[in-house]
Amino acid sequence: MVAENSTQPISVTLRVWRQAGPAAPGKFVDYPATNVSPHMSFLELLDVVNDGLTLKGEEPIAFAHDCREGICGTCSCTINGKPHGPGHGVATCQIYMRAFSDGDVIIVEPFRARAFPLVKDLVVDRSAFDQIIQAGGFISVRTGAAPDANSIPVPKGDADLAMDAAACIGCGACVAACKNASAMLFVAAKVSQLGLLPQGQPERDSRVLAMVGTMDALGFGNCTNQYECSAACPKAISHDFIARMNRDYLKASVRASFKPAASSATGGA
Amino acid sequence: MAQLDSRIPAGPLAEKWRRHKTEIKLVNPANKRKYEIIVVGAGLAGASAAATLAELGYKVKSFVFHDSPRRAHSIAAQGGINAAKNYQNDGDSVHRLFYDTLKGGDYRSREANVHRLAEVSVNIIDQCVAQGVPFAREYGGLLANRSFGGAQVSRTFYARGQTGQQLLLGAYSALSRMIGAGGVEMHTNSEMLDLVVIDGHAKGIVVRNLLTGAIETYAADAVILATGGYGNVFNLSTYARGSNVTASWRAYKRGACFANPCYTQIHPTCIPVSGDYQSKLTLMSESLRNDGRIWAPKKKEDAKKDPNSIPEADRDYYLERMYPSFGNLAPRDIASRAAKRVCDEGRGVGETGLGVYLDFADAIKRLGEAGVRERYGNLFDIYHEITAESAYQVPMRIFPAVHYTMGGLWVDYNLMSNVPGLFVLGEANFSDHGANRLGASALMQGLADGYFVIPYTIGDYLAGQKPGSRPSVDAPEFKAAAENIRGMTERFLQIKGKEPVSHYHKRLGKILWEHCGMARTRATLTEALKLIPALREEFWANVKVPGSADTLNQSLEQAGRVADFLELGELLCLDALTREESCGGHFREEYQYPDGECKRDDVNFAHVAAWEFQGAGKAPLRNIEPLNYEFTKMSVRNYK
Repeated sequence: MVAENSTQPISVTLRVWRQAGPAAPGKFVDYPATNVSPHMSFLELLDVVNDGLTLKGEEPIAFAHDCREGICGTCSCTINGKPHGPGHGVATCQIYMRAFSDGDVIIVEPFRARAFPLVKDLVVDRSAFDQIIQAGGFISVRTGAAPDANSIPVPKGDADLAMDAAACIGCGACVAACKNASAMLFVAAKVSQLGLLPQGQPERDSRVLAMVGTMDALGFGNCTNQYECSAACPKAISHDFIARMNRDYLKASVRASFKPAASSATGGA
Repeated sequence: MAQLDSRIPAGPLAEKWRRHKTEIKLVNPANKRKYEIIVVGAGLAGASAAATLAELGYKVKSFVFHDSPRRAHSIAAQGGINAAKNYQNDGDSVHRLFYDTLKGGDYRSREANVHRLAEVSVNIIDQCVAQGVPFAREYGGLLANRSFGGAQVSRTFYARGQTGQQLLLGAYSALSRMIGAGGVEMHTNSEMLDLVVIDGHAKGIVVRNLLTGAIETYAADAVILATGGYGNVFNLSTYARGSNVTASWRAYKRGACFANPCYTQIHPTCIPVSGDYQSKLTLMSESLRNDGRIWAPKKKEDAKKDPNSIPEADRDYYLERMYPSFGNLAPRDIASRAAKRVCDEGRGVGETGLGVYLDFADAIKRLGEAGVRERYGNLFDIYHEITAESAYQVPMRIFPAVHYTMGGLWVDYNLMSNVPGLFVLGEANFSDHGANRLGASALMQGLADGYFVIPYTIGDYLAGQKPGSRPSVDAPEFKAAAENIRGMTERFLQIKGKEPVSHYHKRLGKILWEHCGMARTRATLTEALKLIPALREEFWANVKVPGSADTLNQSLEQAGRVADFLELGELLCLDALTREESCGGHFREEYQYPDGECKRDDVNFAHVAAWEFQGAGKAPLRNIEPLNYEFTKMSVRNYK
């Protein structure tokens, strides 16, 4: 990061991946941007570049974004080889131009992973994450069936740790950062959040087995403990959760081998 | 003229909901699977409704314009959710939550709806905890609470500064479970562009598949809109960039009344604007006002000085001075207007002079930096990312920004609009927050509507619809609506004008902020009512929408949304002009007390204004639903 209060405008070149559709060939195209305020966010620069392209009669760059405050998990660019770009613990929408220097060439690509097929330009399809959650990333509780909230005490340490895991925004940076395109951090975060809470115990085994099985079936790679995922995670979710999930998975697998097959691997609905 | 029957049940206030539940019609379990329900939107209200209705056995189709139902902007709510649990033993009760919410709304909401909201608030917390929402806890393992604006008890449950995220992920997990079980058919990347009304009943929708551009039609026995608020009509707001009014607006143009559009909430604590390129304003949670103290320099000449160099005696902690009993926790509308007044006096801080300080020095003295970090660390981090300043060392600079809209589609007690079969939940409806919403009440309302109200009330409508009577999408009404949308898309692409969509959105936002923002007058509103139609005309003649209709085309999506904002903006100003009083977030300078407080007119304006579309180019009709307060006395709000 440059000097904190520098307000000098800078000029940069955006080298952006353009691809009209999943089957079309892709290529990098350079877009110069001048007089860029360091207080501008990176996505705001894309807005400005897109308005310029529109006026020139060219098609604007498609990119995913929504809340622009780092919580919805929609934005998904790899900037200079790093998912979500420079900075630690932030999403693409929280990157400000003060992170770059005058004259920089900034390389902008979509998240790349087999399980995230490309839609257009910088937009990819991350519905595989939803499918993993649908397989078991929940506690089966019908609306209206819950007991009084304070009848389920949770030790503060467990609740805090569950919250650390629950902070996941489902953006997929962990997958994009992993050389194996593994979704272990994403899955581990949900498995750990629910597994740490007393409410999550009844389905603890079935949940981890179903979610990991679905992850594998969807074409995500295996984990080789490089922890690039944690480093790229905009919520800095710890890879410790992966170890926790592996432990749960092992225990659940052993227990499952001694039990008759459950009527529903997903915990049922 | 629309028939506006609020259908508020008879009986004592505290009995109405219980009695209503026992008296409304039910659909038997074997018949539920014969009904299809469309739910548009998957924020707190939409996701909780879709999940719960599917659990009951209805066949649900859920539509979102996002790529996943986990992205809705409920996710960005920071501070918390209110519930009358009284776990703190500080005197809270359903009645107190009801009263605070009603008073906070400046006596412009429905008594019966607000009471029901307070009643079911306690069930929401139970439900969320059972789902595994990791609320903050005390060392004994029980739930923690904090205080929020407009209340003198601690009734706000929270999950760090990410309460909305955790509640939404809870609802999303319930929805995901029902998708996995086959109870909900999920349609992502699908934007609703029209409502299909057959024989006066809402029976389906038209959507555009945002990835392929295909215009698709879906029929159902009932349609639920849970599509959020319309604050992005101001362009700059704390809403997500994609938040829009299109679903509600197209329903309005099919006959649903739009109620109280002028009730917009300006949140007092947002990060000030830094430049023209700006796409969004970021909220600093109201929870910060628990420990932060808001001030501005007493003297104009101090406004540009380093705040740490301004001695205590030269600081004006104006909220504490003006509202000693609520202090920094005065309701949002009041705190926002006070900030505006300070800046209008030339005492605003920062480069633009549009800012005041939110100072944590005292809190750091009291709790230590680590203590403050534990409570608000993520908010301080957000502030640092955006401004490159550390709020541990220098006070935050904040300024009000558009944050929430209390107005929305008119609904009766069953949450059904005046178009039978069309239900509206969450921020998209109008009924619970009156003219101003208290902090931590939006999450409460979204989940109340979705988990605990609609599952009962929709049965009352469906029981009157014969199973299997739902029309087919081959009906001429579906074909005509789809053709109309195709025509509109084509029209956008054919204009080939000279300005991008964003140009018009920015100009519309500026007109509204300046003429219909924190302070409104007859003159500014009359002016806006000239400027907006002219801007709309220019938009339709000169906008440039690149690309084609048969692919992902974000410019085209935005064009449709801004076209609707250009119409809504006019209605908003018309509503503000017609409401000749000040109440909550609607402040008309002509109607104020000498101390600058809102001067309500209960004789002439104790009613809901529900606007009815009369056709393009025709003035909309202003219908009235009187607000009959049976149990509470409308009084002057006093937070002093």
